[in-house]
Amino acid sequence: MRWISILLGLAVTGIIGFFAVRELLMDPMYFFELFLGGLTRGSIYALIALGYTMVYGIIQLINFAHGEIYMIGAMTALIVATVLGMWGWNTAVIVILAFVFAIVYSCAYGFTVEKIAYKPLRNAPRLSALISAIGMSLFLQNYVMLAQTPDFLPFHSLIPDFQFWEPFAHIITSVEITIIITTVIVMILLGLLIKFTRIGKAMRATAQDKVMAALLGINVNNVISATFVVGSATAAIGGVLIACHVGQINFYIGFLAGLKAFIAAVLGGIGSIPGAVLGSLVLGISESFFTGYFWSEYEDVFAFTILVVILIFRPSGILGRHDAQKV
Amino acid sequence: MPIKEQLKQSLIFAFWFMILTFPIMVIKVNTIHNTIVFRWANLLWVGVLSFFASWLWNYFLRRTEARKKSDVDEDVPLIHQLLQNNRFRRPFLGLLAAFFIAYPFVFPMYHTSIMISALVYVMLGLGLNIVVGLAGLLDLGYVAFYAVGAYAYALLNLHFGLSFWMVLPLSALLGTMFGILLGYPVLRLRGDYLAIVTLGFGEIIRIVLENWDEFSNGPRGISDIPAPTFFGHQFNQDNTMIYIYFIVIALVLMTIFFVNRLENSKIGRAWIALRDDEIACQAMGIDKFKTKLTAFALGATWAAMGGVIFAAKTSYINPMSFTIWESITILCVVVIGGMGSAVGVIAGALVLILLPEYLRAVAEYRMLVFGALQVIVMVFKPDGLIKSVRKVYTFKTSQEPQQEKIAHGTHT
Repeated sequence: MRWISILLGLAVTGIIGFFAVRELLMDPMYFFELFLGGLTRGSIYALIALGYTMVYGIIQLINFAHGEIYMIGAMTALIVATVLGMWGWNTAVIVILAFVFAIVYSCAYGFTVEKIAYKPLRNAPRLSALISAIGMSLFLQNYVMLAQTPDFLPFHSLIPDFQFWEPFAHIITSVEITIIITTVIVMILLGLLIKFTRIGKAMRATAQDKVMAALLGINVNNVISATFVVGSATAAIGGVLIACHVGQINFYIGFLAGLKAFIAAVLGGIGSIPGAVLGSLVLGISESFFTGYFWSEYEDVFAFTILVVILIFRPSGILGRHDAQKV
Repeated sequence: MPIKEQLKQSLIFAFWFMILTFPIMVIKVNTIHNTIVFRWANLLWVGVLSFFASWLWNYFLRRTEARKKSDVDEDVPLIHQLLQNNRFRRPFLGLLAAFFIAYPFVFPMYHTSIMISALVYVMLGLGLNIVVGLAGLLDLGYVAFYAVGAYAYALLNLHFGLSFWMVLPLSALLGTMFGILLGYPVLRLRGDYLAIVTLGFGEIIRIVLENWDEFSNGPRGISDIPAPTFFGHQFNQDNTMIYIYFIVIALVLMTIFFVNRLENSKIGRAWIALRDDEIACQAMGIDKFKTKLTAFALGATWAAMGGVIFAAKTSYINPMSFTIWESITILCVVVIGGMGSAVGVIAGALVLILLPEYLRAVAEYRMLVFGALQVIVMVFKPDGLIKSVRKVYTFKTSQEPQQEKIAHGTHT
């Protein structure tokens, strides 16, 4: 099995490499466009995937409702921006307030979802928590659909076209560069949070061993809540950014984005934060190339195929550790 | 907890939810026409409802926890007690049979048609119950096999002119094959990965059906699928509905019979054991992989047969009938009815499918309620509304007849 995997991996890499070089030589402009598009897409996946991977690392649960948190972030930003825009507020203030409200509300939703749907099931079988998560996702989607509208709402981009960016705008737009830079900043901040702060250390300890962490005086429930809040905050940033990029949102955007981000988290090795980022970038870029050079209608099939292949040949992902099931 | 504390807690919750739902519930924006509507009445509703909801939630949460601590076994559900009681069982089943036989003749065709879809869900629910309820494998792509059945009938009929009765067993076979084909690579995965991968497979099949025009006619779907014939005789439209109704009834009965026999067979007990404790089960010498694969394949078989009936009833299919929401609806039927409990699944399917059909006014809230119910059932009543009862074995020793009850379906 091991040799087969390695040979297969080498063969696939070789074929992909060959095509990449050929396309690069044939039409470098298009190649770079796809690459940067993939990078943008990957950045958004990374912002969502972080929530999945952190929650999974701590309570071993696929938080199906995470995509919905991302959608609620985008929706809140849309509502705040529209209301303030109509009141005639300054654009810069609108941008800041839209981001702040989106983040605060997503965090509040993430926190509440955890308290309602997952906390009572902490000691229940895994299947129960998973079904509860699916129920929560279904509920939140329909809640937003019924309270707002099932149609797509145009989202007036909050990010203006930068003047100084004019010479490069034909390769990568100012929205895309904002997404990439924001993602990098968020990643650095998150890395610092996890590495150096008290709550970050508590998170790592809880992920390693919940019982031992509790014995050492860490309030595990608070740590889990904090994890949901941090994950929701990054998802909300992703939600607002993607809404600016695509220009329209509805209640359904969270579902597929959530699934893709989950696939990215698995690809990178679930539970590992650098893994989630790496997996997201790999998935985003390869998806972009796939739709650019092959069939765009099979974009989702491609992502799911990657998931299946990864789970069969390397279930621990690119950076994940292989942990045996304990009795 | 004193009543004052409870009151305070509920008020805090109500306040929290009012803030939480404020932007989405109160402000309705329309960025196309640039209008904003403030719906302050909604704020009041959310406050009042969440006040009572949080009161109830906390009350039931405390009760559930108290029950867990006291470790008292719950009583066998009423319906099971009644079904085990001989004096009650015969008349009850007789009445039920009379009701279902008379149904299409008493009620108009519209109601028969709705009942057929509910009964198809009973079949699908019982099939998925094997996978989720008995074997404990969360399958979110169940609708893929349903699509396989429906498209098998539509395409085999279109290209080769095969009749309903020829396709029904063929599609069952095809469903089993697909179940094995899909199950083979993914069943080695841990439970939660399985959910995502099956979801992925379900979506892949739908996307392929939507885009592969030459094969499946794409999003336009396939129309003019013939209804089943009765030994070559074609009924008129109304009678066809009644005829399909009885075919479904027969298939449901067959399903109930099979599932019941399976549940108490060697393989059925292996599924339940595997669900409850995988490692202990392997230690007892059960082949984990093979056992899971049989459950997966058998579940697929029933889904495919359900698909054939669906295609024959609607006479038109397109990929939109096989979205992930269909899978989740079937999952809701199983979860809310009671995982592993055939009676629960049947009741769940009839209630969850028939109620929204007749309460048209609230039909748009269907999925919202389903989602909320899934969470509530999992938190307060993980065994579902009608939980399963394991077979009771009676040991007869030479000295005195002694009864031993084997703990019923509470899985840990």
